[in-house]
Amino acid sequence: MARESVAVATRFSGAADAKLALLEELQRCTDPVSAAQAAIDWLIAHTPARRGVFAATDNVRGTLGCIAGAGVNPKQLKRFCFSLDDPTHPLVNALTNGSVVSFHGARDSRVSLFGNEPFTAVKVARGEDDPALGLMLIGPALEPPHTTVRWVADALALSLSRMATREGLMEEDPRLRREHALLFNIINAATDPIMFTNMDGQLIIANARAELLFTAPDDVSEGRRRAVQLNNMFFSAALSRTTLGEGEAGRRELLLVDPTEGSDLLFELLSTVVSDPHEGAGIVSILRNITDLRQATRQIDENYARLRAAEGEIRAERDRLNLLIDSVADPIIVTDQEGEISLMNNPAERLFTVVAGAGEDAQRIVRANDAHFTSFVSGLLSTGWELTRRGEIALVDPNTGKAVPVEALAAKMLSDLGELTAIVTILHDRTEAIERAQLYEQLKLASEELEGKVQSATAELARQNELLRRQALELEQASAAKSQFLANVSHELRTPLNAILGYAAMTLQGVSGELMAPQRRNLSRIDANARHLLTLINEILDITRIEAGRMPIQVVAFNLPELLREVISELEPIIVKSGLELTTRLPSDLPTLRSDRQKVKQIVVNLLSNALKFTQKGNITIRVKTVGARAVTIEVIDTGIGIPKQDFEKIFEDFRQVDSTPRRAYGGTGLGLSICRRLASMLRGTLKVDSSLGKGSTFTLTLPLVLKK
Amino acid sequence: MPKAKDEPLVLVVDDFADAREMYGEYLKFCGFRVAEAQNGVEAIEKAKKLKPDLILMDLSMPIIDGWEATRRLKADAATKSIPVVALTGHAMTGHSDSAKSAGCDVVITKPCLPHDLIKQIRKVIGGTQKKKATA
Repeated sequence: MARESVAVATRFSGAADAKLALLEELQRCTDPVSAAQAAIDWLIAHTPARRGVFAATDNVRGTLGCIAGAGVNPKQLKRFCFSLDDPTHPLVNALTNGSVVSFHGARDSRVSLFGNEPFTAVKVARGEDDPALGLMLIGPALEPPHTTVRWVADALALSLSRMATREGLMEEDPRLRREHALLFNIINAATDPIMFTNMDGQLIIANARAELLFTAPDDVSEGRRRAVQLNNMFFSAALSRTTLGEGEAGRRELLLVDPTEGSDLLFELLSTVVSDPHEGAGIVSILRNITDLRQATRQIDENYARLRAAEGEIRAERDRLNLLIDSVADPIIVTDQEGEISLMNNPAERLFTVVAGAGEDAQRIVRANDAHFTSFVSGLLSTGWELTRRGEIALVDPNTGKAVPVEALAAKMLSDLGELTAIVTILHDRTEAIERAQLYEQLKLASEELEGKVQSATAELARQNELLRRQALELEQASAAKSQFLANVSHELRTPLNAILGYAAMTLQGVSGELMAPQRRNLSRIDANARHLLTLINEILDITRIEAGRMPIQVVAFNLPELLREVISELEPIIVKSGLELTTRLPSDLPTLRSDRQKVKQIVVNLLSNALKFTQKGNITIRVKTVGARAVTIEVIDTGIGIPKQDFEKIFEDFRQVDSTPRRAYGGTGLGLSICRRLASMLRGTLKVDSSLGKGSTFTLTLPLVLKK
Repeated sequence: MPKAKDEPLVLVVDDFADAREMYGEYLKFCGFRVAEAQNGVEAIEKAKKLKPDLILMDLSMPIIDGWEATRRLKADAATKSIPVVALTGHAMTGHSDSAKSAGCDVVITKPCLPHDLIKQIRKVIGGTQKKKATA
C-alpha cells in the first residue's frame, strides 16, 4: 500500500496532481483501514511529517482506536485505544474542540504514541460541527497553516463516510452487515443509476449503474475517460442548478453520454435531499433512462395525433352518415342484438319517440308502435338462419293519429366472424301505394263497367242496326207495295174517269143531240171537275213514279223557244181567260238544249199554270238567259200574291200550299212544285223561288245545256 | 152518210161496257163501222171473221188479255196486217213497252177523250191506206 502511494507520488510531481492521485486512491479504497493508510502515507510523502496514525471513533463501543499508521511501532499502535467517555483525555478533548490541535511535549502517558515528539492531532469529520470520524495524529507537529493536512483530513472524511454507509457500520454488526449488503445489492440491481452526494456535490455512494457512467478505471480508453468527465460535469451542473429544500424532490432532464458506446442517453434526474444523522445532509439522485421513454412518448404523441385525426375522420364520416340517414324519407332504425333501438333517423323518431308535451294518446301510440316494431324485429332474431325479414306493420303517426301502414325490411348486420352486431330496419310508408292500388282498383272497376256499357251499347247498336236494316227492307217493300197500290188505284180511278170525261165530251160535242144552255153549262162543270180530278191522279202518279224510280229520262235535242210556244198554246184558253199580259223574253243566240223535253215542258207548264192561278192583275214574264256556256235559266215572273219568305222552302214539299186550310182559295193538289223540283233535280238542275209578299214571285229553273246521262 | 161497206171497220175490244160502247158510239158518230168484243178470245174470233181495218184493244181484260190477244193476232198471217191501237189505264211505262213488244202499233194511255182517239185512229188508218195505195 505504501509502495503504491510512493508510486503515485512520484508519478505526479505537481501538488494538484498529487492531490488528485490521493482522491483516486481513496476512491478505490473499499475499507477504512486502507483509506486511512493511504491518507497517512500521502501525508508522509508530501509533507514534512515522518510518522502518523489514524484513530477511528467506534461509536458502538464508545472508543477511539488506531486502525492505520506509519512510522510507528505496530505493537504500540494496537495498544493505542482509549474511551471517548473520558473528558480529561487530551485527545478526546482535541476531538471535540477544534479541528487541528498540536501537542508539544507529551506529559501524559496516554498520548505518548510518538514518545516525546510533538505532534499534531487533526480531526477527521465531514463538517466542523459533525461528529468526528476519527483523529489523525501526525508527527512531528506541523507548522501552521494546516491547509494540506486539513484537505487530506477532509478527503479521508469523505472517503470514510462513504464507506461508513456502505461497509463501515456493517462491519460493526453482522446483521447490519447483511442488511447493508442486501441494500447495496438492491441499489446495484436497480437498472437506474442511483447516487448519493453530499451538499457540496461530492459523490458518496453510487450503484454499479452509476459507476459505469461516472467513474473510469485507470485502464480505460481516453475516450471513455473523457465521457465520464463530461458526465460528471453535466451531473454537477444539473445538481447545482437544482436548489432543493429538505424532503423535496427535484426533477429535471439530463443528457449524458454512454461511456462504452458513445451514444446519447437522456435521463430524468430525480434529486431528493435527505438528512442523515451521521453523514449529514445529502442528495439522493436517481437517474431514469428516458431515452426510450422519450422515443416512446414521441411515438405515443404521434399515435395519439393519428388517433385524433382518425377519430375526427370517423366523426365526420358518422356525421355524414347521420345526415344521410336523416335525409332518407323512410324511417330507418338500428337495433342491437337484444332488440333495443340504438339508432334511428328523424322520420323514425316521428313514429317511435314522444315529442315533449305530447298527450297521452301520442304516448300510447308510440308504445303501440314500439310493440309492433319490437315483435317484428324479434321475429327475425328468433330465426337463426334468416338474414332478412320482410313484412307489413300497421303503425300510427303519433302526431296526427293517422294510420301509417308500412312495409318493413329488416336485415341482420354480421361481423366478419358471422356474429350478429345489429339489425337495420327500413320502413316504407305504403299509404300512397295502397291508395294508388285502391284507385287502380276503382279505375279498373270503372273501366270494366264502362267496357260492359260499351259492349252492351255496341250490342244494342247492332240490334238497332239490324232492326233498322229490317225496317229499311220492310220500308222498301212497303214503299214498293205502296207504289204498286197507287199505280193500281190510279188505273182503277182512270177507267171510270175515262168514261166520265168521254161521255161528257161526247155529249157536249152533240153526239146525243143538241143541248140546252143550262145543260151545256152543267155538263161543262162535270167536264172541268173531271179534268181536275184527272190532274190530281196524274200528279199522284208522277210522285209515285219518281219515288219508285220508275221515271225514265229520255234525252233529246230541242229548241227552248219552240217548247215555250207549245206551252203557251196549250194554256192559251187559261191565259186568255185570266186577262193577263204574258211576255216572253229570249236571247237571240240561244243554243239547242239536250235534255228530257217532256219533263222540261211539264215543269214550265206547271210554273206558268201557277203564275196564272195566283195572279189577279198585272203581267207574267217568261225570261230565258244563258248562264256561262253550260247552263240556261228559265224564269217565270208574276205580279201575284207572293209568298212569305219563311215559306220559300215549304212550297216545294209534298201536298203543300201556303194556305193549307180546307177552304183555301186556290185549287191544286200541292204536289205540282214538289214534282217540279224533283224533275229539275233529275235533270241536274235546280228550281228556286224569290218573292215579296203582295208584289209577286219569280221561279227560276236552272238547267245544264247538255244533260249527260 | 157514206156507204156502210166503204167505211173503215173498227173492232173495239174492252171488257168494260161503258168504255166499249162510248168509243163505239163516238166512232159511229164519226162515220166508222164498229164491231165490239168483250175479251181477247172474242177479239181474235171477230178479227178473223170480220177482218176489221183497225182493232182498238184494251190491255187489261179477262180470259185472254190485250197483250196475249195482240200477240196471237200478229202471229196469224190472216190478221197480222190489221193495226192494233192499245188502250191502257196503266200509266207506267212498262205497260206501253210490253204492249209494243206484243205487236201493238200505237199505245194510248187512258184517259183518252173520244175526240183525241179518233185523231189517232184516223192517223193509223190513213197510214195503212196510203201503204195499200202505194202498194
